[in-house]
Amino acid sequence: MTDVFVRDSPLRRSYLWQGGHTLRSWLLSTDHKRIALLYAASITLFFFLGAVAAALMRLTLIDPQGRLMSAETYNKTFTFHGVVMVWFFLIPSIPATLGNFLVPLMVGARDLAFPRLNLFSWYLYMVGGLFTIACLLLGGVDTGWTFYTPFSTMFSDSHVILAVVGVFVVGFSSILTGLNFIVTIHTMRAPGMHWYRLPLFIWGIYATSIVMMLATPVLAMTLCLIGLERLFGVGIFDPSLGGDPVLFQHFFWFYSHPAVYIMILPAMGVVSELICCGARRRIFGYRFMTWSLLGIAFIGFLVWGHHMFVAGQSMYASMAFSILSFIVAVPSAIKVFNWVSTLYRGTIDFHAPMLYALGFIGLFMLGGLTGLFLAAVALDVNLTDTYFVVAHFHYIMVGGSVMAYLGGIHFWWPKITGRLYSERMAQLAAVLMFIGFNLTFFPQYLLGYMGMPRRYHQYPPQFHALNVLSSIGAVVLAISYLMPLFYFARSLRSGASAGPNPWQAAGLEWMTSSPPPEHNFVETPVVTEGPYAYHEHEEQA
Amino acid sequence: MNAHLAEHFDDPPQQKEAAMLGMWAFIATEVLFFGVLLAAYIVCRWRFPAGFADGSRHTDLLLGSIETAVLLASGCIMAVGLREIQLAKQRSACLAIVITAALGVAFLVLHGMEYVDEYHEGLIPTVRYLQNGTDADSMEVFFCLYYVITGLHSLHVLIGVVLLLVIAERTRRGHFSPHYYTPLEIAGLYWSLVDIVWIFVYPGIYLAGHSA
Ligand SMILES: [Cu+2]
Repeated sequence: MTDVFVRDSPLRRSYLWQGGHTLRSWLLSTDHKRIALLYAASITLFFFLGAVAAALMRLTLIDPQGRLMSAETYNKTFTFHGVVMVWFFLIPSIPATLGNFLVPLMVGARDLAFPRLNLFSWYLYMVGGLFTIACLLLGGVDTGWTFYTPFSTMFSDSHVILAVVGVFVVGFSSILTGLNFIVTIHTMRAPGMHWYRLPLFIWGIYATSIVMMLATPVLAMTLCLIGLERLFGVGIFDPSLGGDPVLFQHFFWFYSHPAVYIMILPAMGVVSELICCGARRRIFGYRFMTWSLLGIAFIGFLVWGHHMFVAGQSMYASMAFSILSFIVAVPSAIKVFNWVSTLYRGTIDFHAPMLYALGFIGLFMLGGLTGLFLAAVALDVNLTDTYFVVAHFHYIMVGGSVMAYLGGIHFWWPKITGRLYSERMAQLAAVLMFIGFNLTFFPQYLLGYMGMPRRYHQYPPQFHALNVLSSIGAVVLAISYLMPLFYFARSLRSGASAGPNPWQAAGLEWMTSSPPPEHNFVETPVVTEGPYAYHEHEEQA
Repeated sequence: MNAHLAEHFDDPPQQKEAAMLGMWAFIATEVLFFGVLLAAYIVCRWRFPAGFADGSRHTDLLLGSIETAVLLASGCIMAVGLREIQLAKQRSACLAIVITAALGVAFLVLHGMEYVDEYHEGLIPTVRYLQNGTDADSMEVFFCLYYVITGLHSLHVLIGVVLLLVIAERTRRGHFSPHYYTPLEIAGLYWSLVDIVWIFVYPGIYLAGHSA
């Protein structure tokens, strides 16, 4: 490994070499690029932990009797899967890795505004993660990732407090990350980089950061109240003490619905970058794209009640929340139309990042449209708590966010590491992922429509065939998730040198060397044009 | 002047702008932390008007009012401290910050006295709650929220006192001048947050329903 570094001069002039190469130099680094890699390594670990839990569930559900595990173990498995995937993978995924790496590069700054705070938030993430692992090792928690009261406060005898503390701590990590991005984007843009010249990835991260900062405190405080209720019998959510368990649901979803936008807004930013580069076109309707990102973030705060249509909320509240949920679909649809319009008459290159981006559009559309089914009160009364809901949010979170995250990792891999990977293998993985994903989750729409409830480890025999199909899909999906580990490892060992801009992409991050030097740019760049100037470059060439 | 400039900033104004915006963003998150608790308080108060009014009558209005006065006075003196440093009067700035911190300590002591009284009266849920009567149950919810809200606020006061003492020491050593006093201004912003939260707590918990 060291030999390669010494021989390879771009690496010697990069952040990978300049900051030192001891473990200490990584664990105490305040370089946003190194912190991004620390995050990348840790969220990958948690992703595979959560994936093991998912695999165990799919394995159990091959058998209608669910003999592989007891009902209780099954409850703990899906809770672990949910908690880990939501808070330790999806929420930090794009912001903390690609965001950390790219925000200063894309705005033309030398680092984030608060580099030490940035490192501190990684440590918070790790401490939260340790609590969650400790909770698992001591026997797990069985409340579901939603921690609904009064079950979580009065009845569950599993390790609720450990899990809640873990999520509480990791919440602070995401608040501080959001704060850091907001300040950086406001105050550290390079000369000439005014707001409407920012790449859409930055707008996506900006909108996400607002949601992180304004929604996460509500979750933290609510979880704190759960802890107090279990420890000291404080009765705010406890009906036997006069408290209100539905109040918990209001607080929880006030965070957790916007949390969906923490996952999808940065994904939309990534996809905008990939589409423009892959089609060699300027984005269609740039200003609509920026304002729809902010619009989604804003309206997203007003729709939480659609999770509570059957929780005894007033009929009129449900009607209002239903209408608002339909309205939030409008800016999302604007984005899909604009991506498609960008592709129109483009010179499309079907390289791996583009395949992921196209996969994102398809899966996000299916997830978004089924969201409208669930936003309609009359339909939701039938579909709530069935596999239809499970399929819906997996289309958004896995089909949407994870596809975009992986697309982004493929796109910026040459920038991050300075090396190319096997394009063939990457294309194969992207296609397999699309097929495997649909095979896993489309049957779950049908199962839910037929009435199979979620969170059960047994089911009547008429659901057998579709469940087996879904489990087969999970195998394909697992293979497609493991493949990048191999070809990325090979790329690190023996990949060809990438050069500063292997995709001929527009954007400040491609103007510096790959991997970038420790302070990103040799000279502070001066920006003279808007993003995605692909046409102009083509004409000059 | 450039001694305070971190290497990733271009110039001192940019650094100051980042620090101030960061603090305002932090304050926004704090508002939401307390917002959840105040929302829970409003919802429960609306559900149990009688028990909550009863709860308010059991709080110590006199001590609560003195605490309010102490906290507001401290905020005013902190603002004086900021003005003094802008006028390059390090010594009186340091004095103002120390007085602010001392008033913060006074607030904590007064609040501690309230807690002790409540312990003797048996008003602390699960620890020592000796109330009975028709509204005793909902009054218990009132006191749960009372302790969570005032407890969290007092924690913020405590952190603020430590912060102010650090800033006072740095002022004494001459770290700040009219050209550079960002940490002092940030500490002042934090202290205003502590003040403003109390401005909502005092009428909501102590005053509402007290005369009914
Ligand atoms: Cu929702």
